Amino acid sequence: MKAVVAPQRGRGFIVAAIAVAFALGALAQRGGLVDDIASYSGDIIFLTQQHISLVAISGALAIVVGVPLGILLSRPAMRSVAESIMQILNVGTTVPTLAVLALAMTFLGIGTVPAIFALWLASLLPIVRNAYAGMRAVPRHLIEAATGMGMRPLEILLRVELPNALFVTFAGIRTALAINVGTAPLAFLIGGGGLGELIFTGISLNEPGMMLAGAIPTALLAVIVDYTVGVLSYWAVPRGVNPLR
Amino acid sequence: MIKLDNLTKAFATASGSILAADHINIAVDEGEICMLLGPSGCGKTTTLKMINRLIQPSSGKIYINGKDTDAYDPVELRRSIGYVIQQVGLFPNMTVEENICVVPRLLGWDKSKAHKRAAELLAMVNLDPALFLSRYPKELSGGQQQRIGVARALAADPPVLLMDEPFGAIDPINREVIQDEFRKLQRRLRKTVMFVSHDVDEAVKMADKIAIFRAGKLEQFDTPDNILAHPANDFIADFVGTDRTLKRLQLVKVVAAVEVTAPQISIDHSLEHATAIMNEHGGEFAIVIDDAGRPHAWLAAGGSHRDGTTVAARSADLPGTVTVDDDLRTAVSLMFRHAVSWLAVVDEAGRFRGCITQNGITRLLGETYRAPGAP
Amino acid sequence: MEVLDFIFGNLSVLADRTLEHLSIVGVAVGLAILTGVPIGIAITQNRRAADAVLYVASMIMTIPSIALFGVMIPVLSLVGHGIGYLPAVIAVLLYSQLPIIRNTYTAITNVDPALREAARGMGMTAIQRLARVEIPIALPVIMAGIRVAVVMNIGITAIAAYIGAGGLGTFISRGISQTDSRQLITGAIAVSLLAIVADYTLLWVQHVLTPRGTRG
Repeated sequence: MKAVVAPQRGRGFIVAAIAVAFALGALAQRGGLVDDIASYSGDIIFLTQQHISLVAISGALAIVVGVPLGILLSRPAMRSVAESIMQILNVGTTVPTLAVLALAMTFLGIGTVPAIFALWLASLLPIVRNAYAGMRAVPRHLIEAATGMGMRPLEILLRVELPNALFVTFAGIRTALAINVGTAPLAFLIGGGGLGELIFTGISLNEPGMMLAGAIPTALLAVIVDYTVGVLSYWAVPRGVNPLR
Repeated sequence: MIKLDNLTKAFATASGSILAADHINIAVDEGEICMLLGPSGCGKTTTLKMINRLIQPSSGKIYINGKDTDAYDPVELRRSIGYVIQQVGLFPNMTVEENICVVPRLLGWDKSKAHKRAAELLAMVNLDPALFLSRYPKELSGGQQQRIGVARALAADPPVLLMDEPFGAIDPINREVIQDEFRKLQRRLRKTVMFVSHDVDEAVKMADKIAIFRAGKLEQFDTPDNILAHPANDFIADFVGTDRTLKRLQLVKVVAAVEVTAPQISIDHSLEHATAIMNEHGGEFAIVIDDAGRPHAWLAAGGSHRDGTTVAARSADLPGTVTVDDDLRTAVSLMFRHAVSWLAVVDEAGRFRGCITQNGITRLLGETYRAPGAP
Repeated sequence: MEVLDFIFGNLSVLADRTLEHLSIVGVAVGLAILTGVPIGIAITQNRRAADAVLYVASMIMTIPSIALFGVMIPVLSLVGHGIGYLPAVIAVLLYSQLPIIRNTYTAITNVDPALREAARGMGMTAIQRLARVEIPIALPVIMAGIRVAVVMNIGITAIAAYIGAGGLGTFISRGISQTDSRQLITGAIAVSLLAIVADYTLLWVQHVLTPRGTRG
């Protein structure tokens, strides 16, 4: 579930999309829908903050654990176990996130902690997989050249291997955050709060206004996060190893 | 300058121990290029990599400038040796300048000194610093990348250079160009170079000494001409090719084969006079020289002469000339092209110096030629 | 374990829900293949169209599934099918577009140009080339896209339980609302197993469809 385009493309389509949104909005206003949604503005602000903090904390923890873990698994010493661990992780990615949340609730109860744990777990796997793949994809002869020139292993890791794995690692982070933002609404189901509250309550009470008050900010948040990470990764990866630059 | 003393590397495999390098003894003088030559798997790359400790020797010693390399920390050792590999290994995440400055920065050079050095090196390999310093490897052609690879190896001004089939991945046309450039560079810098190759022509062209390897053993270590003239056994004779005598031609300059036996006449001489001169020398032809000493035409002996016929009317244009600095291969090629068995030789100023003949060349090569294996 | 007792006591319900679940995913992905593969082939002809279509499809992906379900409810209520089967199928159909279209597009554009040349040189028309050379070579990658779509949507369909679509997600939603950990765990394990089994089965199909000559 990763968006593949570089930030520059599609400006025309953004304009078109905004136009469509305005048209829909105008239509909705005729039915009084926009006022309905606006009545929840207080909740929207509060829940959005909660939502963002869920994503930010679980995402940051996933990066902090996942990237070093992926790098560790790529080391020659770990070669024998790395493949088996990657197999297990791959199986892990097929498990639906709702199931992960449900199991987190069974073992950790309800509230923010199990929600963050489940989101962390769901975001972890793409990051580890990409960091691992990126490190393993660094051509052997670069490492040979670096060793032959007299660089020490740590210097090679920091100045040759990591920069060359950066692009793929960032792609993994982008995917992971997209999954994270997409799953965060479900946190409400196990008491973690967030914009899911408006969506699910709106559905069960058959109140489209409330539901959209949750759905629209959620969708917007997802687009903003994805776009931001895309721009960040475009600029953070040096031109020499960045196929997009 | 570099001395390999009984250098050996044994690998343990399922079928027992294999000697990838078997008691190699080589001594390379300062400023020389020594080529390690041989078919795949013969141990030449293993031997090279033992010099900068990418492979640990099983036994034996390596001395650089008289010092035993065992005494050095491997990382320190490598920083004092330039290393160029076939795939170049330019770091894609760094600019050309950053790539070149890797070792200087590791050694603690300050930024401005390193920057100056990078610009200097790029100029040495014929790349404009203003254009190339800030480029990334992915924006360069293969030939440009390898030139920068060589520049990078030279950055900290190491006395020794190790090169592992550095020009193998470049297309043949650019390969010749970069080989010539490297030779010119080497004449200036006089580094001590160990160069691994499997290409006999490359070795003959570039090496001061060649070490031929087979299955881990050093079969012969000598100058290119000696190896071509006296291959120590049938394997080497096969390896250098059945055209090895032709290969020798490129190693010898025309000046070594010049004979001054053909008589010189002037365009103004009459035919009678010319014939007299030719008879005196006993030659079959004479070269027509102008006032400045430059050859223009030739005149065959024999044929009748009437009064009044001038040399000019009877003489023929020279098929071609070679200079004293050309190699014999160029000369012989020209002979074949014009279907002649001799050529006129001139110096850099164009003045006539003598002739070379096919017989003369054969004799010259034959003086040192012996059949393989014979004493 | 009480969970096991629960499972064995409710096997028929479990089976029904599994079939509901598979029906939503199966129908939706099936339709997605019918729309996605042709679109993927069509956009190989025009780079700008490809950029546009892929951009739109990836935009859809960034919308969280529950949000998409939510948006569809009022819209589909107008035709009387606001909740249940239809919105679930439509949402899964939309989510399947990106993996299928992108993989089809990438696979066909990555067919070695030399092969295309050879086919043209032999006198094949564009359609013949597509049918006999490009698609067979692209098939494994297209299959990989279908596989991604199926596995991802098994998860999304679980969420559809919250809009009345049924499926294995109902065990999870009831388990949460009734604080019944047996249902919860049953649902979680069932949907996970379904996803894993689907993944490996489709991986096998992908392998079978790889032309023998190009197998790694």
